[in-house]
Amino acid sequence: MSQFAINLIFVGSSFALYIAIAIWARAGSTKEFYVAGGGVNPVMNGMATAADWMSAASFISMAGIIAAGGYATSSYLMGWTGGYVLLAMLLAPYLRKFGKFTVPEFIGDRFYSKNARFVAVACLIIASVTYVIGQMTGAGVAFSRFLEVESDTGLIIAGIVVFLYAVLGGMKGITYTQVAQYVVLIIAYTIPAVFISLQLTGNFLPPLGLFSNHLESGMPLLHKLDLVVRELGFADYTADVPNKLNMVLFTLSLMIGTAGLPHVIIRFFTVPKVSDARWSAGWALVFIALLYLTAPAVASMARLNLLTTIYPSGEVTNPIDYAHRPDWVKNWEQTGLITFEDKNGDGLIQLYNDQSESYKQVATERGWKGNELTVNNDILVLANPEIANLPSWVIGLIAAGGLAAALSTAAGLLLAISSAISHDLIKGSINPNISEKNELRAARISMAVAIVVATWLGMNPPGFAAQVVALAFGIAAASIFPALMMGIFSKRVNNKGAIAGMLAGLLSTMVYIFLYLGWFFIPGTAAFANTPENWLLGSMGYGISPLSFGAIGAMINFIVAFAVSSVTAAPPKHIQELVESVRYPKGAGVATGH
Amino acid sequence: MNEHDRNAAAYWSANLRLIIGSLIIWALVSYGGGILFRPWLTDIRVGGTDLGFWFAQQGSILTFIVLIFFYAWRMNKLDKEFGLNEE
Repeated sequence: MSQFAINLIFVGSSFALYIAIAIWARAGSTKEFYVAGGGVNPVMNGMATAADWMSAASFISMAGIIAAGGYATSSYLMGWTGGYVLLAMLLAPYLRKFGKFTVPEFIGDRFYSKNARFVAVACLIIASVTYVIGQMTGAGVAFSRFLEVESDTGLIIAGIVVFLYAVLGGMKGITYTQVAQYVVLIIAYTIPAVFISLQLTGNFLPPLGLFSNHLESGMPLLHKLDLVVRELGFADYTADVPNKLNMVLFTLSLMIGTAGLPHVIIRFFTVPKVSDARWSAGWALVFIALLYLTAPAVASMARLNLLTTIYPSGEVTNPIDYAHRPDWVKNWEQTGLITFEDKNGDGLIQLYNDQSESYKQVATERGWKGNELTVNNDILVLANPEIANLPSWVIGLIAAGGLAAALSTAAGLLLAISSAISHDLIKGSINPNISEKNELRAARISMAVAIVVATWLGMNPPGFAAQVVALAFGIAAASIFPALMMGIFSKRVNNKGAIAGMLAGLLSTMVYIFLYLGWFFIPGTAAFANTPENWLLGSMGYGISPLSFGAIGAMINFIVAFAVSSVTAAPPKHIQELVESVRYPKGAGVATGH
Repeated sequence: MNEHDRNAAAYWSANLRLIIGSLIIWALVSYGGGILFRPWLTDIRVGGTDLGFWFAQQGSILTFIVLIFFYAWRMNKLDKEFGLNEE
C-alpha cells in the first residue's frame, strides 16, 4: 500500500470519528452549547483541556524550536506548563463557582461595568483570532505534506469537519471530540519518540532516554550532542543563557498568558463542582506533561539524528553527497521546508553555523562557502518517523496527530470567540431579552461565521503569522489575567481601576511589540531593529524582548488598577458580596445563563 | 464579625497561605533551579549535563503536577473542615 493511501486511511478514519461524535453530541440548549451542560467528568475535562491547549505550535513546532535552541528555549517547556499552577490556584475554582458562561461576563459583573465587559471582549477576540490563524496554517502544512492535496483544499475539508461538530454540538461536541483528538495526538507524538529513544539510548522512555548514554558512542546523549554541534560551530546545546532577566520574564509571560487565555479558562466551566475544577487542572497538566516531557527528548534526539545523517562517518570534513541524500530529504524538499544550495559546488552537503565569527576561518580553510542545507524547525516532528526509518503507518499516525492538535485548539478558540459574540455582545448588550432558542441560533451563526473567517485566514495567512502568537500571549498576560485575579483576590479594585488597568496593560504591551515588529506588523514601520542591543535595558546586556513584555504589561496593569481604585470609590456592597461568594465553594450549584 | 464570617475568613486565609507556599515552590523550581541558580548547580551532574538543565526541561514540570494535586487534595479537605464544601 502506498504511503499516501496509509495517510489517507489514518486521517480519514480520525475525521470520521469526529463526525460521528458530532452527530451523537448535539447541543439542545445554550447551556449545552456554552459549557457542555456543566456535567463533564474532571478527568475527561483534563484530557479535553490538554487537546484544547496543545496546539499546532506544541505538536509541530515546539520540539523543532528546542532542537535549534537547546537549553535557552526551556522557557517554552516551563512557561506553557507552569501556567496551570496559576490557573488551578488563582482562577479556575473561583470562576467555576461564579458559574456563568464566558470570561468577559465575569469581568462585566465583578466590575459592574458594560465597558469593562467590552474591553474584555475586545482582548478575547484579538487574542483568539490571532491564535486561530496559527492553527489553520499548521493544518495547511500537514495537509500539503501528507495528503498531497493543495493546502487550500485541505483547509476547506478541515473547516467542514470543524463546522459539523462545533456548530451542531457547541462545547458539548467540542469536548468529546477533543478527548478523541487528545488520544490521537498523544499516541502519534509518543510512538515515534519511543522508537527513536530505543534506537539511540536503549531506553524506551524518552524523558529518561534524554539523560541516558548514547549507545553508539557510550557517552551521555547530551554530552555527545554538545560535542557534535560544537564541532560545526554552533553553541553548545546545554549552554547557559547570560541574559537571565529576559529568560525569567519570557517564562513568566508564557505562564501568565497561558493562565489568561479565555479558551482554556472556559473549559473549567464545564465540570460539575469547584472541587472538580481543582482536580481537573491537575489532570490537564498530567496529560499535557506526557507531551511536554517527551518534547525535549525528541528535540535533542532529532537534532543528533539529523546531524549524523549528514555526517554519517562522524567526520565533519566528510558529509554525504547531495545525489545520495535520503528519501525524507527529497520528500520535504518538495514542500520547500528543506532547501539545498551547493554554494561551493562540490556536490556535498555542508551543514554548519555560518553565522559564527570564530568558525569562519575553519570553514574557509576547508573550502566551505556557507551553510548549504536549510531545515525549517517545523518539519522536525513531522519528519521524525522518516528520519528514524520507522514503518509507514507511523507516518500516517503523525499526519492524523498533527491535524488533531491543530483542529482541537482551533475549535476551542472558535467557541470562545462565538460565545463572546452571542452571549456577551448580543445577549449582554444588543438584545438582552433574546429568547433561549434565538440565543442558541445566534451562537450557531456566530460559530459558522467564525469558522469561515478562520478558514479564509488560514488560506491567506497574513505575513506576520509568526509574530501574532506573541501578541496573543502578551494580551492574555497583560490584560485578562490581572483583571480576573484582582476580581477574585481584591474587594477594593473597582470598575474604573479595572478598566484603566486593562487598557494600560494592553496598550503598553502592544506598543512595545509594535516598536520592534512594526506598527500593526506592517513591514518597515518598526521604530527600532528587533535586536537585543535595542531592547529596553539592552545596553546593560539585559534586554527585554518584545516576547517577554507580557509580564511587564501585567505588572503595569496591577499597579494602575490599584492606584486608580485607591483614589476612587470602593465597589458597592453587592459587588463585595459577589467577591465573597466566589471564594467559598458552598452553594455553587450549576452554571446559569443569567 | 459573627461566627459565620470568622469561619469564612479563617478558611480564606488558610487558602491564601496554601497558595503562597505552593507558589514559592513553583518559583523555586522553575525560575530558581531552572534559570537563576543554574550556574551554582553545575557541579551536580545529571546524565551528561547539570541539575539546572534537568529542572528546566523535566524537573519543574514534574513539580508543577505534584503541586496542583497537593493543592486540590488539601483544599478539598479544607472545604469540608470549614463546612464550606458543595453538597
